[in-house]
Amino acid sequence: MPKGITYFDHEKCKGCGLCVEYCPQNILYQDKKTLNESGYNIVSVSEPDKCIGCAFCAMMCPDSVIKVEVIK
Amino acid sequence: MAETTVKYEKTKGLTDKPLSYCPGCTHGIVHKLVGEALVDLDILDKAIGVASVGCSVFSYEFFNCDAQQAPHGRACAEATGIKRVLPDNIVFTYQGDGDLASIGIAETIHAANRGENITVIFVNNAIYGMTGGQMAPTSLKGQKTTTSQDGRDTDWTGNPIKISEMLATIEGVAYIERVSVHDPKHYLKAKKAIKKAFQYQKEKKGFTLIEVVSTCPVNWGMKPVDAMKWLSKEMIPVFPLGVYKDKGDNHES
Repeated sequence: MPKGITYFDHEKCKGCGLCVEYCPQNILYQDKKTLNESGYNIVSVSEPDKCIGCAFCAMMCPDSVIKVEVIK
Repeated sequence: MAETTVKYEKTKGLTDKPLSYCPGCTHGIVHKLVGEALVDLDILDKAIGVASVGCSVFSYEFFNCDAQQAPHGRACAEATGIKRVLPDNIVFTYQGDGDLASIGIAETIHAANRGENITVIFVNNAIYGMTGGQMAPTSLKGQKTTTSQDGRDTDWTGNPIKISEMLATIEGVAYIERVSVHDPKHYLKAKKAIKKAFQYQKEKKGFTLIEVVSTCPVNWGMKPVDAMKWLSKEMIPVFPLGVYKDKGDNHES
């Protein structure tokens, strides 16, 4: 059961990879097969069940791409 | 479906316009911090930003409040005028190191010396970003830039200028802190500092400045993640983090 849910506004993502680096659970990855309209590789969650809802990814995202919800 | 609460989402302090900064540039993170601080203190409708020249020239389009754009380096002078005419508004400038520490250093020092009740957000990434990676007054010793290709020679060009330390000696300054945004822990510390600066302005304590040590991945020639590591390893020893001046509640330094 995950503790958090992440939502990505993929079109605003610039593929910098900071969220991937700062995720303590290492469950984010850059999807090398999917590009957004600007031509950047978007970020996806590999194992959503492991999310702890810390929001480190969202804090470190310069472009406010990520929204995090915590499950009560 | 279990009940959920929002832990983090895009702040209302920023507009929906996509940021013009390069991928991984910490300008975006500092923008969020300013927006979040204005929303948390419930002063967004009273805030007036002053954008500088450089990468952050379009910041007036990103902050969800009134804003002006100042000529190169003149943000503190312009903020002075706005604050004196509209003393009940919260006035802040958002400046890079090429703008504040180089051409705008006179305006900044005199605004601080007059104790203008404004808040300065100073983004220090040790290089000129928009113009193509030239050496800035804040560039580190030995740092390679397009105008110091063998590394900055401090015998010829001086040492990196330390704005926070310098301004902390001035009487009219109420609060100065140097923060960083290279990991979530420092992100939260930086947010606290920016909120405190705006709070001091609300309480009419005087000039406040928050220096944010930042990255410029493109002009440093690094990936964003490597730039964050370089920041913590190379920049923070030269620009130590911490509070340089705090007049506090009792107006003592």
